[in-house]
Amino acid sequence: MKRTFRIIAAVLVVGAIAFWVAAGANRGWTKTRVPKKVVDEVTGLEGIQWQDKFVPGVDFLGVALLGAGFLAGVSFFVPAKSKQP
Amino acid sequence: MKTKLTILAFIALTGAALAAPQTFDFKDPKGINNAGFKLDAPLEAINGSASGVTGTVTFDPENPGATKGRITVATASLMLPNPMQKQHMLSDKWLDATKFPEITFESKNFKNVQTAGDTTTADVIGTFTLKGVSKEFTVPVKLTCLKDKLGERVPNQKGDLLVIRANFTIKRSDFNINPGQFEDKVSDIIEITLSIAGASPK
Repeated sequence: MKRTFRIIAAVLVVGAIAFWVAAGANRGWTKTRVPKKVVDEVTGLEGIQWQDKFVPGVDFLGVALLGAGFLAGVSFFVPAKSKQP
Repeated sequence: MKTKLTILAFIALTGAALAAPQTFDFKDPKGINNAGFKLDAPLEAINGSASGVTGTVTFDPENPGATKGRITVATASLMLPNPMQKQHMLSDKWLDATKFPEITFESKNFKNVQTAGDTTTADVIGTFTLKGVSKEFTVPVKLTCLKDKLGERVPNQKGDLLVIRANFTIKRSDFNINPGQFEDKVSDIIEITLSIAGASPK
């Protein structure tokens, strides 16, 4: 059980970092929408269209690391599996 | 004699019609019109835009200095990439979008008007209203009148387009938006960029 908590914590850390890096390593806040610039050919104006897209930020990493830390901490209070005679 | 008078009257009326001020409607069917805003913040600048732009501007190509108009931005249309920031921005703690659903700018007077071709630059003196607080502001603007270009933008319509571009800054403290508070988290200065086009169908 102790080991299971620690493995889950490690997977959470590695998974969150991998996802964050794969999504562009955004060092700002997490975004659920991103602006896309659109140029109107007639007027030359630059418009902004918002597209739904999840971009994890440092707050996402923080929450994931806190969660992993909590799981790792809990593992210290879980009694070790007693060996069967 | 009667024919000459008729021709003269026709020329005079045509000239008057051509020189008459035109009213441009800024409700954009293409959804390009927007007002961008930027505030500095420690982790990253807060960049957003508003799409709910409406209003009318009366523009006379022969006398651009006489331009009058009012542009309105729906407060609820302000968008940010982070949903929590957007929720805070529209809440009663910041913009109070429910109580103050509109942000407006109404022009009063044009100064330093310079026209070259179809483009006019000027300093517009007008009233900017945000969160129920109205302040007189001078905003440098660039107006471009695109004759007979409406059809290229909106099929089956004939008319002119008026493009307005403006960049200016305001202070949130001037508009009672948490004055003197949270300046370590969100700057007092807000940079605003207006990029809009209005149509005057014929």
